[in-house]
This record gives sequence, C-alpha cells and structure tokens, in this order.
Amino acid sequence: MAKARVIITLKKTIMDAQGQTVEKALHNLGYEGVENLRMGKYVEMDLNGAPKDKLPAQIDEMCRRLLANPIIEDFRVEIEE
Amino acid sequence: MATATKMRFGIVVFPGSNCDTDAWHALNDRMGAPVDYIWHQDTNLSGYDCVILPGGFSYGDYLRTGAVARFSPVMNAVIDFAGNGGLVLGICNGFQILLEAGLLPGAMMRNVGQTFVCRYVDLRVEMTDTRYTRAMDKGSVLRIPIAHGEGNYYADEATLEALKRSDQIVFRYCTPAGEITPEANPNGSLENIAGICNRERNVMGMMPHPERCSDPILGSADGRLVWESLLQGR
Repeated sequence: MAKARVIITLKKTIMDAQGQTVEKALHNLGYEGVENLRMGKYVEMDLNGAPKDKLPAQIDEMCRRLLANPIIEDFRVEIEE
Repeated sequence: MATATKMRFGIVVFPGSNCDTDAWHALNDRMGAPVDYIWHQDTNLSGYDCVILPGGFSYGDYLRTGAVARFSPVMNAVIDFAGNGGLVLGICNGFQILLEAGLLPGAMMRNVGQTFVCRYVDLRVEMTDTRYTRAMDKGSVLRIPIAHGEGNYYADEATLEALKRSDQIVFRYCTPAGEITPEANPNGSLENIAGICNRERNVMGMMPHPERCSDPILGSADGRLVWESLLQGR
C-alpha cells in the first residue's frame, strides 16, 4: 500500500485574500517577520489500486480532474511506499 | 396559465441546493411557465428547453464551490444538453458549477474583503444578444441581490481577452448611475464581472439572484427581465 499526500495552493500569481488576512492577524499578534503567507489544502490518502509505477500519473490525473482547479491552483504530490 | 407552447424549465436539485424553490416560484407562480425539479442523480433532460442550476451550497461547498457537484450524474447530461444548444442558466452556486464543469471559462475564488456579501447590488447590462437578456436595454442598470462568499471571478489574460472579443461579459457590478468602479465591486471580481455567457450564447452564469427579485413585493422585480427574455418569442 502506498500513501499519497497532496498540497494544493493558489498560484503565486493569484492574490490570496485569505492568506493576506491570516498574515495580518499574525502581525497583530506581534509576529512581525511573517511574509508571503499562502493558504492551501492538504489531502492524504491510502492507495491500494494502481500498480506502483502508475501511481504518479494517477494522482496527477486526480489532481487535475478534481482535487485542484488548474486555472487558479498549483499542487504538489508526495508518495510514500 | 401554462400552455403547451411555453418553454419548459428544469431546475436541478443537488444536495445542498437552497434556491431551487425560489427559482420554481419565480418561473411557475410568477411567470406561469411549466417547471420540473430534476434530481442530481437523474440523467434524462429530454423535453426541457432550459435547465437551471440554482444557488446554494451543493455538497457543502466541500473542496471548492461546485467542484463535487460538477461530477453529479446529471452534469454529463447537462454538458450534452448544452452542447446540443440547450439553454443552461447557472445562478450563484450554479455559476460556480458551470465554471468547474468547463461550460464557462474561468474560476471563482473567495471574496476579497473578508465577507460573505448578502445585499442588493447594481448591475450594468453589458450584452443583450443572449436568450437571457434580450428583453433588457444595453447599458441599463438592474438592482438584483447577491449572496455569496466566493464570487471573486478570475480568468487569465488570454481568457479575459477572448471573453471581450466575443462579447461574453453579460453583467458587471456598477454604481447606481451605471459606472464601473472599484467601489461598486462587492467581491474583488475581475473587471467587476458578475455574469458571463459562452461563445455560443446558450450557457450563462451569474452571481446575482434574479429569482429573489421577480416580484415587486420583494423590493425589486428586475429579476423578471431574465425570465421575460427567456419566455419572449423571437
């Protein structure tokens, strides 16, 4: 069985209103050095189906079809076997 | 009031839709049009002239607004229906679903300004060459309410240019006098965009809710113009 972790964030070129608000809240708490805070989503899953060599392509497809919206989001995948 | 010659409407009901009944009320009780609810598991859209994806929080807005609803069984039928020239109108969450389904270009993001915005807005009618806006005057200002946390429309530069080139921007947020200003933009939407259509002009998405203002006792009946446009003979 493999375990996959997917991290999804808004593209760098897109203004992250939520991230900016959280960054300001941290500044208000006194953490003045905080910069470029980006919010995102974390997805983890166990994978029993596809053979190992097919996993990267399969997860990439899952991300493009459902987990991320490629118009506005980037994603990063980690696979642990 | 309904007659066999009238357009027949189908309103898709997803788990979490909550403007379906309002759309029914506007179309059936106010406009006298025949309307059916279509459960999201149904895949038969024959007999309908116009399919409406209503507002709400389909699938709890989990993952992204519209992202899960887009894969409901009914959506393959809606994509075929639209491809065959059928009229598809997405309102609010319905607009978000149309974007996720790729029936309209671009994507929806969280509002700039940290708020869920629920109030009347002024909209400038940018395009009257659609089945949804042909009873309106180009450049006129409508008062129609919005109610959303994710109405911040985004498209990349090439997509925006294509929208403009093909006259696909249908509504923009404006001042009461019809000026497009940053102050009149309730959610950070690109170029104050509130509604767009596809190139073929049979699919339209809009964040404002015409079904909530189709009766003067509700404060505005400007939403009726959408239904009048649809029902008016060519």
